[in-house]
Amino acid sequence: MLRSKTTWLLIGKRLGIALITLVIVSFAVFFATELLPGDVAEILLGQAATPEAVAGLRKAMGLDEPALMRFLGWLGGLLTGDLGTSYVNKMEIAELLSGRLANSLRLAGIVTVICVPVALSLGIAAAMWRGTLLDRVVSMLTISVISVPEFMVATLAVLIFAVWLDWLPALSYGVNVDSLGAMLRAYAMPVITLSFVVSAQMIRMTRAAVIETINTPYVEMALLKGASRWRMVLVHALPNALGPIANAVALSLSYLVGGVIIVETVFNYPGVAKLMVDAVSTRDLPLIQSCAMIFCVSYLSLTTLADMIAILSNPRLRH
Amino acid sequence: MTGTSLVSVRDLKIGAVTDAGRKVEIIRGVSFDIAPGEILALIGESGSGKTTIALSLMGHARSGCSIDGGNIRVGDHDVTGMSEARRAGLRGTEVSYVPQSAAAAFNPSKRIMDQVIEITAIHKLMPRKQAEARARDLFRALALPDPDGIGQRYPHQVSGGQLQRLSAAMALIGDPKLVIFDEPTTALDVTTQIEVLRAFRSVMEKTGMAGVYVSHDLAVVAQIADRIVVLKDGEIQEVGTTEQIIHSPHHPYTRELLAAFEPVPHVPVGGRDVPEDRAVLEVSGLCAGYGATINGEPKAKVLKNVNFRLERGRNLGVIGESGSGKSTLARAIAGILPAYRGSVHLGGQKLEPALHARSKEDLRRAQIVFQLADTALNPAHSIGTIIGRPLSFYHGLRGAKRDARVAELLDMVRLPATLRHRLPAELSGGQKQRVNLARALAAEPELILCDEITSALDTVVAAAILDLLKELQGELGLSYMFISHDLSTVEAICDDVLVMYKGEVVEALPATRMSSEATHPYSRLLISSVPQLDTGWLAGLEQDPELVAAFAQR
Amino acid sequence: MTVSSRSTRFLRLPTPRNLGYSFNWAGRIGLAVMLFWAVVAIAGQWLAPYPPGEIVGWDYFGGMSREFWMGTDYLGRDILSRILMGARYTVGIALGAVTLAVAIGVVLGMIAAVLGGWFDTLLSRLLDAFNGIPSLLFGLVVVAAVGSSIPVLILTLTAIYMPGSYRFARALAVNINTMDFVTVARARGEGTAYLITREIFPNILGPVLADLGLRFVFIVLVLSGLSFLGLGVQPPNADWGALVRENIEGLSLGAPAVVFPSIAIASLTISVNMFIDNLPTRIRDRSD
Repeated sequence: MLRSKTTWLLIGKRLGIALITLVIVSFAVFFATELLPGDVAEILLGQAATPEAVAGLRKAMGLDEPALMRFLGWLGGLLTGDLGTSYVNKMEIAELLSGRLANSLRLAGIVTVICVPVALSLGIAAAMWRGTLLDRVVSMLTISVISVPEFMVATLAVLIFAVWLDWLPALSYGVNVDSLGAMLRAYAMPVITLSFVVSAQMIRMTRAAVIETINTPYVEMALLKGASRWRMVLVHALPNALGPIANAVALSLSYLVGGVIIVETVFNYPGVAKLMVDAVSTRDLPLIQSCAMIFCVSYLSLTTLADMIAILSNPRLRH
Repeated sequence: MTGTSLVSVRDLKIGAVTDAGRKVEIIRGVSFDIAPGEILALIGESGSGKTTIALSLMGHARSGCSIDGGNIRVGDHDVTGMSEARRAGLRGTEVSYVPQSAAAAFNPSKRIMDQVIEITAIHKLMPRKQAEARARDLFRALALPDPDGIGQRYPHQVSGGQLQRLSAAMALIGDPKLVIFDEPTTALDVTTQIEVLRAFRSVMEKTGMAGVYVSHDLAVVAQIADRIVVLKDGEIQEVGTTEQIIHSPHHPYTRELLAAFEPVPHVPVGGRDVPEDRAVLEVSGLCAGYGATINGEPKAKVLKNVNFRLERGRNLGVIGESGSGKSTLARAIAGILPAYRGSVHLGGQKLEPALHARSKEDLRRAQIVFQLADTALNPAHSIGTIIGRPLSFYHGLRGAKRDARVAELLDMVRLPATLRHRLPAELSGGQKQRVNLARALAAEPELILCDEITSALDTVVAAAILDLLKELQGELGLSYMFISHDLSTVEAICDDVLVMYKGEVVEALPATRMSSEATHPYSRLLISSVPQLDTGWLAGLEQDPELVAAFAQR
Repeated sequence: MTVSSRSTRFLRLPTPRNLGYSFNWAGRIGLAVMLFWAVVAIAGQWLAPYPPGEIVGWDYFGGMSREFWMGTDYLGRDILSRILMGARYTVGIALGAVTLAVAIGVVLGMIAAVLGGWFDTLLSRLLDAFNGIPSLLFGLVVVAAVGSSIPVLILTLTAIYMPGSYRFARALAVNINTMDFVTVARARGEGTAYLITREIFPNILGPVLADLGLRFVFIVLVLSGLSFLGLGVQPPNADWGALVRENIEGLSLGAPAVVFPSIAIASLTISVNMFIDNLPTRIRDRSD
């Protein structure tokens, strides 16, 4: 479909804003972690922290340079893929991250594949039969899931599937995925938990988006032409709700970012979030920075994507 | 009668649930019949229940409303007794609907043709090819331009007047026995309204379908309806043929409605002890617009070099259609939208273009009153607070003195003083507009800019507001600049009239000579387009098609 | 007939229903649970059957009994007492943070809407950038950086939720700002302070209060999440999230020590959501 110049202008503007936001965010992440109390060199040297040794290490690590220079150097490193080395185990951060990132992305991918179809059909169905028993049950469930912390959904899942039913292990210690069964068992709990959290958001937003289009005069007009409820929703409301729905999907997926932090911790899942929480407890500065940036970038991409879909689907900017 | 009628409605009762959860009856036992091929008009003011009744003929009640009693029969079908699925089978084939705002009733993401022939697809009436051919015939019958190509466009690519006619094509495609027109021309400009009305009339005559025409405008209804039902508060006041209702109404309410139509010749108040040479408002070379400014000129220029002069104690009317710039003129004079060129003199004194550069005294002397009293009054403030604020702001009145003045002002606009403890939401539309006026009067201005202040009101209420304006002028020696799209309103209150078209003043004449002496083609078109209370007016109206093509924004 | 007419006369008290507002049963339950936790947060100290920090039972992860209604925790402390005390931390910190966040956000939002221009553009851009950081992550980084204490928690949570409140209030205020009554006040010559306090604020109050409730829920969730990760309220004190963390080992035993703090969180957040969802539309969307 052809789109007007204004549409592309708005898209470009939105991308520009995302880029500026990213710079501000990286700035915030870098300087927040710089606030860590205690001198890094002293912490690293521990017992051997003589003044000379500290000074030497500071120079070697470039800590004596002004903060802004270090920020720019760090940013340059990020762009070229050089994430620095971990303070704690002296490993390349890129190396530490690569396997973990794959794990986290796999988890997110599986959750997305499960959530999107389920949440969309439930959201649309609830909107279509608004006020019926189905709608009320779905609304009640989603509001309950949204109202409780992610870790509670996780503990509840453990209680039901591991403690009472004894179907699944409570923790996914180490993913040795030798067999399909083992893999399924390892992923089941984190996936179930995250799916609940993300679909609840998605169902609510989808339902709201569809209801908004159902309440328009042109859908009432379809009713007055003798259209059935199916035709009203599928032919008239849904095509106009596609943009808002896609927007809702992208936005809900950004809840993955917060959810994954809790879920990986609860189930001891070896992903980026677990790595980051561990890094926070060991105060491994470069690792925290890199992990935080990964989360911020994925969160920002999803929210930007949501906004761009909203722009592209605006019927007034079409043709 | 019942045996031969197409539609019969007996003792219809419709209830609604209010926000507070209370149940109220909005239609209270209405009965009428429609003969085959007859066009029946439902006339009434807002809240009379005319649209609710019309929708109930399709078995439809808007959310919160329900048909609680009585009986509706259309053809052989008992609409009130049937299931929702059977009603759906009726819609589009037996009864169809032309909405008030076609712009909102067309799905923005689908081509016009698909929507026009949708009824034939829903009810499996005919193959698509045949349906499209029939739609093109209807486009032709409705005098739409480019009948073969217009169906391929999207709704936002055609004008409002065209969409309204397209929605009629959509209603007629299924060959219904009854078509419901729900205020189909209310949102249109007068010059556009004519063409749409003509199209509706000729197509209804040709097809011989019966119709229900819902409107608040007697003059419009007189052109198209055979019989008229006058409604008020969900009850029928009077039923009669169009000729009888217009020429010999029985019911006092019908007479009231008609009286509001009578042109009241305006008697100028001016002259008294005011020196003749002093203009209260003098505007010269005024230019204003919106958008980013480049080289001191805004991107979208609305007002182009407007000049006029308003004598003290006299009234100036400004008429024009949507987009003519008449409201922008009021905003530029009030300083809400700073003019980028030209000057405004108030009582001989030059006003700064921008609001913040003007002195409190300058601001006090010219007050603006807006069209919608609903949005012009802060819903969180009591009436007393609303009227009291200019008193303390401009005149420094406090406490008991202020309260006394508020009561005085309420009395001036003929409202009881007890009203001052109420909130705007508790008042009727006419009362709100009076409060709106009282607030302007509180400043003790020399000039009041009235921006379409009667347009959103029912005719009877609007006539009362005009009377009030005249009385106040006599008492206080005010001058009004009166902006309206309606020529008869302006003629009722103004000494001089400006006609605006696309940001320019194309005609300036004394109001009494406007109809007879206007020379500019656009003024002539505008004047001839105002519907008259005469059943033969539309049929006898002749307009120069070239003129129409040049000026009407269809 | 006489009975009904008499009872209506007696019922003309200024109850919410008579003022035109009515709450349905879900809203009433929500309100009751909210009020219950508010009382507990204030008076929990005196309601607790045992000192919350003291080991009173012999058994760790003890079950429900007449002595310990909600069992004992991993050290043998009384869970009921700890939950009653935890209410003070959870409700108190969240209330403090939400009040600060909404107050700052609403004031800035209204100023931006009325002034417009570069002030609005700059502030909006800056705060939008702030919204580009996932909330739990921001808390994680800050608490890792400056350590955890109650003032730090309150300020961090305020910083996380203020931009959202700003955005919401600004959007509402922009709508009101275009209304004719504001234009009339402007044309009268009124200053910015008057426009904000008298013309705009009363008309966005309803939706802002509803938003405050929703934001309160979010803050409770993030606070619990932080405490669950061990970055929130520090031992020996504990909010409800920290109680879940302390006793997570008991999960595989199905111990009440994990279940009851979770139920406490859920009851608070669900009741607030239920109350707001069932507010009469007249209060919730009065600005529309």
